[in-house]
Amino acid sequence: MMKRWKAGKRLVPLFVGLMFLLSACGREDLSALRPQGPVAQGQFDLMKLAITIMLSVLVIVFGIAAYVLIKFRRKPGDKEMPKQVEGNHLLEIIWTGIPLILVLILAIATVQKVFAYGENYWEDKDAIRVKVTSHLFWWEFHYPDYDITTAQDLIIPTNKKIAFQLKTADVIHSFWVPSLGGKTDTNTEGTINTAWLEAEKEGVYLGKCAELCGPSHALMEFKVKAVSEEAFENWITAIKQPVEPIQDPALAEVFKTQCLSCHAVGDQGGPMGPNLTGIGNRETVAGILINEEGSNKPFPGKPVKDNLIEWMNDPQAIKPGNLMPSPKEDLGLTDEEIEGIAEYLANVKLQY
Amino acid sequence: MDWLTTVDHKKIATLYLIAGGFFFGIGGIEALLIRVQLWKPMNTFLNAQQFNELITMHGTTMIFLGVMPIIFAIMNAVIPLQIGARDVAFPFLNSLGFWTFLFGGLLLNLSWFMGGAPDGGWTAYAPLSSTTYSTTHGVDFYTIGLQIAGLGTLIGGINFLATIITMRAPGMSFMRMPMFTWTTFVTSAMILFAFPAITVGLVLLSFDRILGANFFNVEGGGNPVLWQHIFWIFGHPEVYILILPAFGIISEVVSTFSRKRLFGYSSMVFATILIAFLGFMVWAHHMFTTGMGPVANALFAIATMLIAVPTGIKIFNWLFTMWGGQITFNTANLFAVGFIPTFVMGGVTGVMLGSAPADYQFHDTYFVVAHFHYVIVGGLVLGLFSGLHYWWPKMFGRVLNETLGKIEFWTFIIGFHLTFFLQHFLGLIGMQRRVYTYLPNQGFDMMNVLSTIGAFLMGVGVIVFLINIYITARQPAGVENDPWEDGRTLEWSIPSPPPEYNFKQLPLVRGLDAYWKEKMAGHKEMTPAEPVGPIHMPSPTIIPFVMSVGLFIAGLGFMFTTDDFGNSFLNFMFNKYIVVIIGLGITFGSMIVHSLNDDPGWHIEPEEQGGKGVEA
Repeated sequence: MMKRWKAGKRLVPLFVGLMFLLSACGREDLSALRPQGPVAQGQFDLMKLAITIMLSVLVIVFGIAAYVLIKFRRKPGDKEMPKQVEGNHLLEIIWTGIPLILVLILAIATVQKVFAYGENYWEDKDAIRVKVTSHLFWWEFHYPDYDITTAQDLIIPTNKKIAFQLKTADVIHSFWVPSLGGKTDTNTEGTINTAWLEAEKEGVYLGKCAELCGPSHALMEFKVKAVSEEAFENWITAIKQPVEPIQDPALAEVFKTQCLSCHAVGDQGGPMGPNLTGIGNRETVAGILINEEGSNKPFPGKPVKDNLIEWMNDPQAIKPGNLMPSPKEDLGLTDEEIEGIAEYLANVKLQY
Repeated sequence: MDWLTTVDHKKIATLYLIAGGFFFGIGGIEALLIRVQLWKPMNTFLNAQQFNELITMHGTTMIFLGVMPIIFAIMNAVIPLQIGARDVAFPFLNSLGFWTFLFGGLLLNLSWFMGGAPDGGWTAYAPLSSTTYSTTHGVDFYTIGLQIAGLGTLIGGINFLATIITMRAPGMSFMRMPMFTWTTFVTSAMILFAFPAITVGLVLLSFDRILGANFFNVEGGGNPVLWQHIFWIFGHPEVYILILPAFGIISEVVSTFSRKRLFGYSSMVFATILIAFLGFMVWAHHMFTTGMGPVANALFAIATMLIAVPTGIKIFNWLFTMWGGQITFNTANLFAVGFIPTFVMGGVTGVMLGSAPADYQFHDTYFVVAHFHYVIVGGLVLGLFSGLHYWWPKMFGRVLNETLGKIEFWTFIIGFHLTFFLQHFLGLIGMQRRVYTYLPNQGFDMMNVLSTIGAFLMGVGVIVFLINIYITARQPAGVENDPWEDGRTLEWSIPSPPPEYNFKQLPLVRGLDAYWKEKMAGHKEMTPAEPVGPIHMPSPTIIPFVMSVGLFIAGLGFMFTTDDFGNSFLNFMFNKYIVVIIGLGITFGSMIVHSLNDDPGWHIEPEEQGGKGVEA
């Protein structure tokens, strides 16, 4: 018995090492193991508790298994049948009791956190309210208190609770920002979910769709941009300003008839597709084409204009199954028109 | 022809093994294609649609058409022998169960050639699986194919229940049944309660898709979350339907090759029943992120974690079965011994997933993929390999080659851990599951490469197993009754392979591990419980096969009722339900023929009961 305790002691540094390894795993803006807000932090703490309990179980089981497999191999001299043991009540009670206690510890922590994260802050005066609507294959963010709708980049102030109401316009998706907190499904009308998140420091956090939703499920990404409270107020003001229209009247006409029937830019256009206001300094085009202009600097991107042209040339090639008509094939836009529109959109920027 | 009409449980076991192995191979190839696609970011080996079809079919095929039938193969081969019976309770139904499974599976796989496989994931969540978002016939193949295949499983489950309840040899009380028989019994009971749920779900989804019903359509007043509940009320017990037989196999193998009786037999039995019971109570832990609210999430979380307790009992009982024993490491036992730590790893991540708030992070990521592959591959598939190596001599009269077996074990288990261990971390650092590709620079690249290499190693292991079967099949048959020398249960007391009637005289069971008990008392054979006499046998029949063909045709007809073929004859045949009527006509016609034809079976007379069977 003593020997095994010694082996156990030697394993402690291994655990500590593993903990460090875990907490340094993955990108800061993406990994659930590097939490950037209280929700993700609490969930990470729960994970660590669970992993610690479970690793100790593994060590005990693996220890006994290794001992048994080495000690009780059949040797050439083993002619007699070994003693047949029916069982041992004491032992069986021990290995029923100990798991029960371990489960109980985890269950208490679980129940506390279930209720903490199930809290609904929608009516909280201090919280920022955001209605999230998922579409094939993009995200719409509506701020009812400011009457603002935007898409793909969710702008939030730091150190404030963000209260979400989530629903879908089509199939079920799941709203997930790993470094800020776990996911919540976006169900259809009638089963609207709530959730809340909070970011502690400024930065851009990657968000994903976590529920299979069709061909481009893999590509249905979004960004959460946490900014200072001041910048957030500036953004609110900026996004409500009218946007200067395209100068060239012919191009302006094409843009109005072909693009603004679905997309909104500033105070013009419709709500069918993603709102394009401020696309010039968004992190990405279509959630996946990384822009040089975004703050996601360690990872190379292309100029916004190039990404917009790439997208407009063949949206299906970039996001198969999306619902946007092809500007070239379906809408008959020429290369010059696409370039002109890309040039214009690349300059629709928001200062905040 | 003999194989189409057989009602013998041993031959049906072989049929299940071949068909299950075939679908297992298809599922494996699908898995390898998935891994090839994911080996580097933004790979274009497959497109998004193909990938979604592959993941859907991989999951569906492996669970319904791969491992379930192989479990049924082993059950069919072993259960009647272990309880000292001459066949299952309903040989005709046994054959029917096999043929409906096979034709259901063929129908499902026909989708590859008929305009697109199902693409909504193996869970087929509505509304993605509705005709609005899944426009090919793929999901129709899924609902109807699984419906027909599921019929086979339900029939099989009921048959095993009846067999185990009524046909145990004299003296075999419930608490003297071998552990594999126990787990088969509990599994069958679970099938009885779980499969009706999926049956109902599949009917509702078929109606939504084909007849325009509104069960899961919000505009029509339906609710997609309803599908998730129905699916998981079946789906969670299904996990235990898969793993409990593996528990039974491991119990037999570990005990035999440690030369010891199973430690804590009665606690093993109660743990099995408890796992089955709890297995029905926890379905909603697949839905923590669906928005059921904190109360439901808390209750289902606690219920889920509780399953760890009976499972833990089993693990420690296995370890203490080996404690003080004399362990032989042949291939069967290597797989069993490899099973224990591997399954424990899958089990502990299961408890972690049960913790609802942590699951908000784990859910639908590669962490979950890693977890359930540890349970299903690391648990069930290792268990099946163990069972196949263990009972192969009994089924076919030949011992599988040990050298090849060991190569197979090591490549498979190393490949397995390489594939799936890393996936835990992939999930935690943000890779969601069911993605056909991923952007570079997210820290996913290296782990995906290794994962793909591991998958191919597993493939090598399986190929070595097939080579092993091929080489072994060319050797002459003729192993002893008890080739492992330490066989404990009744199947080892009769010749390998067993004669048609299994037991010339039903044995008298005088305790747990009946055959071992006789051997220890110095006897070479079981004490018979009846005199030698004519043995009643059921007649072979083609009717189950024909009935299944009928269902297959009807299913195909039902699927295309609203299609326009651009051909007036085909339109007439399908749109007026003529094909459905023909198919169902064949099925019900055969049922009538079978009902009206009073077949008394036949007898094997004592003088024909030759060979080295059990003698008085």
